[in-house]
Amino acid sequence: MKFTSIFKMASAATIATAMVGGAAYADAMHPVTGEKLAADQTFTYRLLDGIPTLDPQLNEDVSGSDILRDLFEGLTNQDADGNTIPGVAESWEASEGNTVYTFNLRDNAKWSNGDPVTAHDFVYAWRRAADPATASPYSWYIDLMSIKNGSEVLAGDVAPDQLGVEAVDDHTFKVTLSQPLPYFVAMTTHATVFPTHQATIEAHGDQWTRPENMVSNGAYKLTEWVLKERTTRERNEMYWNNDATILDKVVTLVINDENVALTRWRAGELDRTEVPSGQYPRLKEELPDEAHSFPRLCNYYYTFNLSDSGPEAFKDVRVRKALSYAVDRDVIVENVLQGGQFPAYTFTPGATAGFDVPNVDFANMTQAERDAKAKELLAEAGYGADNPLKFDMLYNTSEGHKKIATAIAAMWKQKLGVEAVLANMEWKTFLETRGNQDFQLARGAWCGDYNEASTFLDLVTTPSGYNDGKYSNAEVDKIMADAKTSSDTSAGYTRVEQILADEMPVIPVYHYTGVMMLKKNLKGWPFGNVEQNWYSRNLYKVAE
Amino acid sequence: MLVSKEKMAGVVDAVSNNKEIEGRSLWQDAIGRFQRNKAAVVSVFVLAFMVIWSFIGPALSPWSYEEIDWNVIGNAAAAGFPSLETGHFFGTDDLGRDIYARTLQGTQISLLVGLVGTAVAVIIGVLFGATAGYVGGRVDNYMMRFVDFLMSIPYMFILIILFVMFGRSLWLLFAGLGAFAWMDMARIVRGQTLSIKNKEYIEASVAAGVGGFTIIMRHVLPNLLGIVAVYTTLLIPGLIMTESFISFLGLGVQEPLTSWGALISDGAKTIQYGTPWQLLFPLGFFIVGLFCFYFIGDGLRDALDPKDR
Amino acid sequence: MFSFIVKRALSAVPTLLFLIIFSFVLMRLAPGGPFTSEKPLPPQVLANIEAKYGLDQPWLVQIWNYVSGIVTQFDFGPSFRYKDQTVNSILSQGFSVTLVYGFWSFVVAVGVGMPLGIIAAIKHNSWLDYLAVGISIGAQVLPNFVMAPLLVILFTLVLGWLPGGGWNGGQWQYIIMPVIALSTSYMASISRIARSSMLEVLHSNFIRTAKAKGLPMSSIIMKHAIKPALLPVVSYLGPAFVGMITGSVIIDVYFSTGGMGQYFVDAATNRDYSLLMGATIIFGSLTILFNMLADIVYAWLDPKIRLA
Repeated sequence: MKFTSIFKMASAATIATAMVGGAAYADAMHPVTGEKLAADQTFTYRLLDGIPTLDPQLNEDVSGSDILRDLFEGLTNQDADGNTIPGVAESWEASEGNTVYTFNLRDNAKWSNGDPVTAHDFVYAWRRAADPATASPYSWYIDLMSIKNGSEVLAGDVAPDQLGVEAVDDHTFKVTLSQPLPYFVAMTTHATVFPTHQATIEAHGDQWTRPENMVSNGAYKLTEWVLKERTTRERNEMYWNNDATILDKVVTLVINDENVALTRWRAGELDRTEVPSGQYPRLKEELPDEAHSFPRLCNYYYTFNLSDSGPEAFKDVRVRKALSYAVDRDVIVENVLQGGQFPAYTFTPGATAGFDVPNVDFANMTQAERDAKAKELLAEAGYGADNPLKFDMLYNTSEGHKKIATAIAAMWKQKLGVEAVLANMEWKTFLETRGNQDFQLARGAWCGDYNEASTFLDLVTTPSGYNDGKYSNAEVDKIMADAKTSSDTSAGYTRVEQILADEMPVIPVYHYTGVMMLKKNLKGWPFGNVEQNWYSRNLYKVAE
Repeated sequence: MLVSKEKMAGVVDAVSNNKEIEGRSLWQDAIGRFQRNKAAVVSVFVLAFMVIWSFIGPALSPWSYEEIDWNVIGNAAAAGFPSLETGHFFGTDDLGRDIYARTLQGTQISLLVGLVGTAVAVIIGVLFGATAGYVGGRVDNYMMRFVDFLMSIPYMFILIILFVMFGRSLWLLFAGLGAFAWMDMARIVRGQTLSIKNKEYIEASVAAGVGGFTIIMRHVLPNLLGIVAVYTTLLIPGLIMTESFISFLGLGVQEPLTSWGALISDGAKTIQYGTPWQLLFPLGFFIVGLFCFYFIGDGLRDALDPKDR
Repeated sequence: MFSFIVKRALSAVPTLLFLIIFSFVLMRLAPGGPFTSEKPLPPQVLANIEAKYGLDQPWLVQIWNYVSGIVTQFDFGPSFRYKDQTVNSILSQGFSVTLVYGFWSFVVAVGVGMPLGIIAAIKHNSWLDYLAVGISIGAQVLPNFVMAPLLVILFTLVLGWLPGGGWNGGQWQYIIMPVIALSTSYMASISRIARSSMLEVLHSNFIRTAKAKGLPMSSIIMKHAIKPALLPVVSYLGPAFVGMITGSVIIDVYFSTGGMGQYFVDAATNRDYSLLMGATIIFGSLTILFNMLADIVYAWLDPKIRLA
């Protein structure tokens, strides 16, 4: 009896494996490229830290967005090059001078519990994002999208149902803007404006994002979430385009230390991890197919404190220029960072869409010329051996920032005899100190909120809340204000960069790249998407 | 009963008659015993050598602790290995800074942090613990609840606030480290004191009318020295390593200055990238230091153990 | 004994209350808040968030609400950083991890350290003593932030025996490396303290007397020496046990265990007031509890010590 049942079980198991194996074999070709697919379609990647939230409307985190793009689907998506393509919306049209947008939603989109995805879900989610009761840290995104009544709802002046969004019928979603916004549709790829399932949120409250509660409409559904350890998402059978999805399962593992993460990547536990600073060239040489570097929309700079609390020396443009010229950006990029980063002579990264890198003069000099010019400028300003320049250089604690600051300070000391005293601070203390203009020279970095130069250049305008150096130039302010509504902006942006090069309120140091290790059997990574908005359903694993 | 009475009488005699003279000869005895402990004596010399080297050693190197070797920066694995030719005796770090000069500079900082921080912790801990244990009762209870409280507060915030209030300084680092390392010591000392104070010779001293403070200093503390010496040698490496963690808050040692903890932690991060010297040289210094402290602690313990007389 | 426990439990209340108030003030005095970020929030958005979490109310009201939430519902509030989670859920999950690896670390540290120290003392200046001392110093020379990555390289990359991190509900493969990395330095401390106090006891008069009476060494040690020798070890073990079961930030970071240890640092750097407060209260309660247990063990080890 016992023997038979064991035998039965064993043979049942064999049959089951054979069937699964058979099924996998039947689909073993990539439908487009014809590559042979691996049997195990699980993608595992490293996260730096636990995900703060998986509520689309509350999320403000980049790695959170990566997961949310898999779990939910908004009106539009991005393709591998960052172009906006249809998502839940099949098509859209603008009317009334680009202030009204009407989205036609596909009728086969479903939630993971089988409910249809309708325009009402979008109305609910967008109102929820703006509602003061939700208290989303990203609620300003609704305001940024220029949706009618957005800022009033945010301020609690009018009720959320007055927001300029409307479900004309189940499959028609209409948005009214307060002013025309050229890149409005592109902004709907963002997680803040993903639809959410009202009945689920009302039933479970804050707990609705638990795997057992969550109802989502993306290509994957959440099956596991252990805060500081892992998340798992698996194929959502209800997704309208489920047949095109190849990866079955995506796992994230939280690994704080990037060196340990690399070890575990080497041990085969991960498919993707970030490359620790300085290790890219070696890894590229050793594993040319698996080490990748690609441009990102972020800059890295040091800002002078130009406010009244800043040092007198920095009020002199010659001092600012001298310090900026003496930074050998090639050394920073090639010897310190070594991840294919781009030396920065402009504030805006060259990879930004529609931005022509202007020809600022100091970019064209050799470093020797820049150094000579720097010495000359500093001497003119009255600083030298008898009157040495000395200031504090503030950065937040991090291995990478420390290396860059150390190298820059050494360059200044050696070339100009300037003494920059390094001062590191813990993150929040740093932010508070910098935000209160309680510094002399401070590190800064900015990643674009969207792929357009104004996301960077707005930082150097007088009213910007992010302008910690308190730089102020009337012409810059005017150009940037005009750019909001103008269709041809590139001349204006070039002019702003020219002014920045002349007045040097910040020292641009480099423009980011993403540097990562990716197992070579994982295909479909959108390296051409500078915002790095990737979707697991476009990835696949080939058989080795 | 009779025996113990006799003993007590004897101790009372000893206590009341020979205090001064015996006190001095005790120390001389201790020094003598310490000198006979070869490992301890060698350790003292090694430590002294390390300190001297850390001051004069940098003069032997063409590189200072903060100078960047622009030929090596970013290529430490291939060009920054230890070599007499390049003058980088211990190799360089990833930025091309000389590990030899940096280790020696870090030695100064770390020994200072270890010794001063530990001294602060030991003095507070021993006095606090001995007082609580000896006085006992309600005072002991309050004092020990205070220790419970201090053990539990989120001390990172204390350090952040100290930093914001007083700015960056090495003395603040000592205070911050020492002030939060003494609680375990206090508990251990108190426990021992509780047991010591019931011993016959203390009871005898009390009977002879010796004051509380005198008893603590003269009879309780000497009996605590063994455990204090051992715990101190455990504390020193702990504090030396904690320093590197605290500098993350911005307190204390600031680049380009460095310390053993900072060097070891940097070296450990790059251990898989072909630059083992970044870890091994500072770690070597740390280990040698650790052994020295251990043997000195052990020697002190043996030398000061009153029962060995 | 019973009245001692009751007294101690009662005295824990003001201690904890004082701890809560002090920590609360401390956190608010520190620069930055939970919602300070690289991209500062517009004032209106910040006001909405602060209203949601009650941060716009006076400090006294906040403390009152907080404490009454704990007392009436055992609710430590929402986390400010992990917005979908409550402090209760985060800490219960984190503590369930550190309790496991912390407990095993304690078992290893005591189970190895104590015999090592005692044997070393008994065989003072023999090769066994040197070996024990060598082991205990050897266990201390590698700080755990050096040992942790080395263990991963050895066991995961080179040998391929163990997963390089994670927890997976606490399967044994995931526990081994955290236990090794956490227990070694405690083990070293325990063995050194045990050795030194054992030596001291063995040199004391009453042991000499016992020897002189011709009692066999083993019975002298078991009957007379062990108990007093354990006193300082016990003082050390109270806080050490609490330290182990609440985890270590280094262990949690290097082995990605998802344990509670990292929250002490993580919550502090994020200014996640409620999460840090929760962690602090748990740590404080455990400290009070185990220091009390240590005091009880004292009285048992040395009957002359009275519990008060």
